[in-house]
Amino acid sequence: MDGEDDAPKSLMEEMYANGIEGVDDAPSSSTSTTIRKNRPIISGEQLDIEAYAALYSGRTKIMRLIFLADHCDNSGMQLEALRMAYDELKKGENTQLFREVVQKIDGRLGPNYSTDATWCAMVDRKADQRKDKLESELNAYRTNLIKESIRMGYNDFGDFYYAHGALGDAFKSYVRTRDYCTTSKHIIQMCLSAILVSIEMGQFAHVTSYVSKAEQTPEALDPPSIAKLRCAAGLAHLEAKKYKLAARKFLEVGPELGNSYSEVIAPQDVATYGGLCALASFDRTELKNKVIDNINFRNFLELVPEVRELINDFYSSHYASCLEYLGNLKSNLMLDIHIHDHVETLYDQIRSKALIQYTHPFVSVDMRMMADAFKTSVAGLEKELESLITDNQIQARIDSHNKILYARHADQRNATFQRVLQTGNEFDWDVRAMLLRANLLKHEYNLRASRKI
Amino acid sequence: MNSMEGLVTQIQGLSSTASDVLMLQNLLKQANDSLHAESTRLLPFLDQLDPSKHSLGYLYFLEACTAGPITKEQASSYVLIIARFLSSCVSEQIRLASHKFISVCKRFKDQLVLLGEPLRGVALMLTAIRKFQSSTEHLTALHPEFLLLCLLAKSYKTGHSVLEEDIFEVDQPKDLFLYCYYGGMICIGQKHFQKALELLHNVVTAPMFAVNAIAVEAYKKYILVSLILHGQFSTSLPKYSSSAAQRNLRSLCQLYFDMENSYSNGKIGDLETYVQSNKERFEHRLCIFYQDNNLGLVKQVVSSLYKQNIQRLTQTYLTLSLQDIANTVQLSSVREAEMHVLQMIQDVEIYATINQKDGMVRFLEDPEQYKTIEMIERIDSSIQRLMILSKKITLTDELMSCDPSYLSKGCRERQKFDFDDYDSVPQRFNV
Repeated sequence: MDGEDDAPKSLMEEMYANGIEGVDDAPSSSTSTTIRKNRPIISGEQLDIEAYAALYSGRTKIMRLIFLADHCDNSGMQLEALRMAYDELKKGENTQLFREVVQKIDGRLGPNYSTDATWCAMVDRKADQRKDKLESELNAYRTNLIKESIRMGYNDFGDFYYAHGALGDAFKSYVRTRDYCTTSKHIIQMCLSAILVSIEMGQFAHVTSYVSKAEQTPEALDPPSIAKLRCAAGLAHLEAKKYKLAARKFLEVGPELGNSYSEVIAPQDVATYGGLCALASFDRTELKNKVIDNINFRNFLELVPEVRELINDFYSSHYASCLEYLGNLKSNLMLDIHIHDHVETLYDQIRSKALIQYTHPFVSVDMRMMADAFKTSVAGLEKELESLITDNQIQARIDSHNKILYARHADQRNATFQRVLQTGNEFDWDVRAMLLRANLLKHEYNLRASRKI
Repeated sequence: MNSMEGLVTQIQGLSSTASDVLMLQNLLKQANDSLHAESTRLLPFLDQLDPSKHSLGYLYFLEACTAGPITKEQASSYVLIIARFLSSCVSEQIRLASHKFISVCKRFKDQLVLLGEPLRGVALMLTAIRKFQSSTEHLTALHPEFLLLCLLAKSYKTGHSVLEEDIFEVDQPKDLFLYCYYGGMICIGQKHFQKALELLHNVVTAPMFAVNAIAVEAYKKYILVSLILHGQFSTSLPKYSSSAAQRNLRSLCQLYFDMENSYSNGKIGDLETYVQSNKERFEHRLCIFYQDNNLGLVKQVVSSLYKQNIQRLTQTYLTLSLQDIANTVQLSSVREAEMHVLQMIQDVEIYATINQKDGMVRFLEDPEQYKTIEMIERIDSSIQRLMILSKKITLTDELMSCDPSYLSKGCRERQKFDFDDYDSVPQRFNV
């Protein structure tokens, strides 16, 4: 922790001030020194679209650019994103998406970026030709009953459909190769393709099942594949809002990932998602062991120094600067397709954890100092603390007159006595009611029996 | 006339020993019809009989007298006669003709209601009950009549003394329903909400094949009392309540369910507007006999919402200004907030001190340390009571498993259920 070497007085000051001076220090330490070497892409500053898009390849690049265009307010950025999407689409064969992007551009980028009908027609014709060819080849293979060829045939079909944006058909084709897989390498390949398509479709249940299937054949898994599978599993958990599991998966991703999974996720994303989920869901020991002391993950965190800084600040109780980093990151995180709808929840959880961690070691806390540390007003802080106390996450009481928070520990002995007496009363009542009901039932039964006779 | 005279002499002669009384009973049963035929002219014969010695005969005559319709003038004279009878009759003799006794008492009550003087009958009914019951755990048909008189006469304390006893044996389910319903109302009148809740709960969860009106009314009051006492209400009935109740009660009491929704939001304004808009409907939930119709109870629910909100504040705050309390609980002024808090302190619902100089309330912990002798005695007596109850349960269980009707039914149903459940029942059982 920071203040350990200083004299006690400055240590106290630093504890109380809680990172207020730290705010001035932080930007200089993180961005200025490392800035020219390795410019962070997901940072507090406005997103550099070209650099961002360069991290990805394939369909996800286009989807991310479209998402960016839909969700950002700045029309300059919007047009930039759409332009890049257009260029990227021209290199591929997905005419459906192409038409969508053109519609979104709406002629704003000039005559070069309008509907290129000839190109579309040409691509569609080529697609039909290729499809026919593939079909005839597949039929031929099927009559020959050579497993390997059939498998390759279906695989090609899957790739074809994927390139043209027919994701459902692509998925079905990939899954059909399952029956023709002979080695474990084939199985791995099938699983990875299925996972890719499922992620694009947004069906994360399939992702989880195929990840587990792939992990069941460990002998064919090389380290990059393992890393890829862990990323995919992490994404699935993130979508399912299981932040703790997601964090664990992301933290286990090894540095072998590199840029090999750029069709899905970039290492910066691994760092961001993993860091934020860990911060929101891990307790202190787990945070230290798995994040801060984790050498592998440190490599990832280097790519997003702001996230690294904010985790360190949280751990060393500099809450103001931690929350400030979070605030800065928010606008860029909202433009990311996987994490944008989880940002609010994660932020709330992190803030609550910060509040709880702040109050935990003290018997009494001056709320004015706490409000300064968290950069809110005393009234707002009081409201937040009230909701935390009602949820029983902080055991304390607020002295509203003097604005002090007092820790309160429940008296076990009294509570036990109270429960005992209450249980006794309930038992008494229940048994008496039960005897009464039994009597009534017996009476009813006797009555009916006597009527029958 | 002669037969009447003969009957009177026989009554006088045969009322001394138990065997004689049995013979007399047979005679009276045979003469029942002729008695009813002569009902209008039996009054003078009553003077010849002494109620304390010839209770059985007197009862027969009395029952025949009062069988027909009665005018108001006759009612007052009959009331006097019956009153004398009730205070002096002998319990063994009247138990032999229980139906007649019950009908006489019912008519007594009706006449009192007709005359508009329920208070006269309260003490007499109490003695009647005591004489008629075989044990204090036995519920008779007289109990609900007695409670009804108490309610009409507003003598809640007397009614309450009867409610203190536990009931385990019941003759007629209808008696139980009425008893619990009236008993619940008496307890509400005395603000013993916990006991009222128990009684109403018994009505609502009693085994019944079709929902009856008493259960519906009881359920409405149950919801309201539950809100006043606990601040919340579980919308599903426990599993042991009858399926008819579970299915139907909710739809019949929809008004009250919706009230519970607006209550749980904690906003006093919403609750008040809800009550206002539905005011006539609450008022119509009025049964002709009772003074406390549900509107009064509903108003109590509204005021209890303030209490619940203040209670919640004690959990999070150590001290709080009166102004803040007024704001959070949506009271109109600081003075009102102070009044509410003061009332709650006096009722020992919260522990607090009010500092008027600063306008602050300081919430304290429950000072009960559970170290006093009284507390130990209380726990000890609880334990004893519960042990007695458990013994009672095992006894009832044993009796039940020897009951021939249970065994025969169990035999027949055996194939349908698990082997383990019915292991204790024999394979074949012929009664």
